[in-house]
Amino acid sequence: MARGRSRLRLPDGTGPAVLGLVPLGFLAVFFLWPVAAIIQRGLGSDGLVRVLGSPDTWSVVLFTVGQAAASTVVAVIAAMPVAFLLARCALPGIAVVRAAILVPFVLPTVVVGLAFRSLMPDGGVLSIVLANAFFNVAVVARTVAGLWSHLDRRAENAARALGASPLRAFTSVTLPALRPAIGSAAAIVFLFCATSFGVVLLLGGARYRTLETEIYLRTVDLLDLSGAAALSLIQITAVVAVLVLAALARRRRETAMALRARTETTRRPRGGEWWVAATAYAVVAALMVPIVALVVRSVSTSDGWGLDGYRALSGTGFRGSLQISGLDAAVNSLRAATDATLLALLLGVSASVVLVSLGRSRAHPGFVDTLDTALMLPLGVSAVTVGFGYLITLDALPGDLRTSAALVPLAQAIVVTPLVIRMILPVLRSVDPRLRQAAGSLGASPWRVWREVDIPLAGRSLIAAAAFGFVVALGEFGATSFLARPDSATLPIVIGRLISRPGELNNQMAYAACTMLMVVTVAVVLLVERLRVRSVGEF
Amino acid sequence: MRRLFTLTAVALSVAMTASCSLFGSDAGDGKVVLVTHDSFEYDQAVFDKFKADTGITVEVRKSGDAGALTNQLVLTKASPLGDVAFGVDNTFASRALDEGVFVEYRSPEADKGPQRYAIDDTARLTAIDFGDVCVNVDPAALAAANVPVPASLEDLADPKYKDLLVVEDPATSSPGLAFLLATVSQYGQKDFQNYWARLKANGVKVVSGWEEAYTQEFSGSSGKGKRPLVVSYASSPSAELDDKGKPRTAALLDTCFKQVEYAGVLNGAKNTEGARKVLDLLLSVDFQSKVPEKMYVYPTREGVELPAAWAATPPAANASTLPAPDITANRERWIEQWRAAVRG
Repeated sequence: MARGRSRLRLPDGTGPAVLGLVPLGFLAVFFLWPVAAIIQRGLGSDGLVRVLGSPDTWSVVLFTVGQAAASTVVAVIAAMPVAFLLARCALPGIAVVRAAILVPFVLPTVVVGLAFRSLMPDGGVLSIVLANAFFNVAVVARTVAGLWSHLDRRAENAARALGASPLRAFTSVTLPALRPAIGSAAAIVFLFCATSFGVVLLLGGARYRTLETEIYLRTVDLLDLSGAAALSLIQITAVVAVLVLAALARRRRETAMALRARTETTRRPRGGEWWVAATAYAVVAALMVPIVALVVRSVSTSDGWGLDGYRALSGTGFRGSLQISGLDAAVNSLRAATDATLLALLLGVSASVVLVSLGRSRAHPGFVDTLDTALMLPLGVSAVTVGFGYLITLDALPGDLRTSAALVPLAQAIVVTPLVIRMILPVLRSVDPRLRQAAGSLGASPWRVWREVDIPLAGRSLIAAAAFGFVVALGEFGATSFLARPDSATLPIVIGRLISRPGELNNQMAYAACTMLMVVTVAVVLLVERLRVRSVGEF
Repeated sequence: MRRLFTLTAVALSVAMTASCSLFGSDAGDGKVVLVTHDSFEYDQAVFDKFKADTGITVEVRKSGDAGALTNQLVLTKASPLGDVAFGVDNTFASRALDEGVFVEYRSPEADKGPQRYAIDDTARLTAIDFGDVCVNVDPAALAAANVPVPASLEDLADPKYKDLLVVEDPATSSPGLAFLLATVSQYGQKDFQNYWARLKANGVKVVSGWEEAYTQEFSGSSGKGKRPLVVSYASSPSAELDDKGKPRTAALLDTCFKQVEYAGVLNGAKNTEGARKVLDLLLSVDFQSKVPEKMYVYPTREGVELPAAWAATPPAANASTLPAPDITANRERWIEQWRAAVRG
């Protein structure tokens, strides 16, 4: 045992350390530097004191944290039955459910906001919480299901055989094993909800303000950089606090588990499990309500039903409102999202490998956690802070990237990488070290151990992360709207453009483009998930 | 085997799309970068003809809304994002001018109408188009309720029009801000708060953006909402046509605020000569005649023919205005005062 460990330690420490420079370097240049520069520019004057001293600021902070926490709780509760359905049930149509729950993620927030507004005309805080949860159920369901589908059923079965009720077996065996994935997902969802922008702006107006909307308005409308910098500092402090809490909760919980192939762990639901599956279907149906509302709008015309909006997709809108056709925009979307996903996978996998290796190599746990937390930061910092940071820093790099189309996938990758890490890391950390030691003592080089043991075990999560990252990039609006050229506009940009124009055809076309975006999303996710990497079962 | 093939095919296509979009072609020397906001739309044919005539390729780079654009130009004045900028409007102009973002250029075309909207006499910004923000009305819905079409801002506070008006929040919406400025202009700094308090008592509904107000709350648009009065643009009725091609809605021309959009040559431009030519292009008949259809605004050049559907939707002859420096200086305070009156 000890010998196996020492043989693996040296390469684990050095090789990955070099690998780690890639994601860290990228993060430093395209995230830390721009954010530090824009905050520093704002700090000169008395803004910090003014903003910190204002009671208004603290009510904004309170509302931000409160709505994010409430949204996270709703998302986790709604997502757990869905995760069970995805991970444990062998029922027809599961693949479609798995893809369909991702649809909310690609929809432009303005469209979802309008849908919630028409479903809940006087919704207020409740509509904000539900809309945020609507976007994020998929994050929890898919992250948790990723681990759950690899969990060995036998521990559960043993508990049942010893007389535990199904609920008891779940709470004392399954739930503790799932906790790292739930914690990871909840942390991500909290960050997403805390920095949620479009939905809060549309549903909250100026009545309900969050740090994110305040930072945006101060930067973009008022050019109050010192106020924005102060708020950004509060936001970053809060985000780091949440991440540290999540890391502490996670520590030591991501232990070795006997992971199994998904085929071994699914079966038809039995007895009470049908209730859970039914609840899951009810949650999915609820998610589909706003989506169906959008599809209905896409075929509504002033005199009944019609497909004018869909026919218009091949053109450029009512009297040429757009520079490119809806179909061109779809192609642009696929391209940009592919670039971003490849880049994010590269960065995310190398970062995860480094984090796992450092964890195994007895590096100080505090150091590993700090690194882990730093890699999550992009999820919790306002996009407008990063965007304006780019403006005053990136011209120092060769080729002035500031207005380059290449910045779109780079900026998207910054957001997608933390998601990839959070989806892959729990699985990699759960790999039984004895498997790796066995491979090592049979003569496999460290790289071969990764290739033959860890990567195949994490295979499903890797594919799930790729699909998820792709979808996030596909729906990305903020960075893209700042950077995309007229001829490289993506579908969300085109939808935003169309919906901000008068005229019935523009409106129908916007909703038809939404439907197209949803169809493309589901198709791509189904396609990606058909690519099975060699799974555990083949060992 | 088939799986291997699929994998290879996917990997190849992925690699190809990635290389296509990451390494786009770059234009040569005759290039002018036009920085603008994300509502900028143009007719490619006009730019193609310009290239054939002058050899200049115009590269359009959009960056957020008018506010985001202005602030980005200010932030990057030491190392500008392009050569010429379009889309700074009269609510943001003086911030850009105070910060020295633009250099002087008096286009020979500017005397053919645009000069009427000049912001000062330094010729650093040239007016390209204007759009009036006005209350739009759905006459059919008002007729059904036996209420006459209102005419003025004062009418909107009349109990006859209780619960009929929807407006945008000036803190989050550009037409919302323009309408607030219209009330400041007509009622003065002292009384506009009082006017809004009366609107509040009369059941005005405030939403955060134009999309929601117009496409969802307004009864005259495709959303078929409940309110027949909405803050939108003088040009909006030209897009709401009935079977005979006549607008179904109308703009109340005594409730308008004039929004003017400017262009200017950027201080520190790499290609100043080309930037000037592009500014001339934006003022040319070719470009100006496409402005209504592409951007739903009116050309500043005189004698440019409007599209047929626009004949019924003229710009307001006496739209309110405020001096640009006043807007910059007071924007935040007026919004706060509005908030106190309406949210109170």
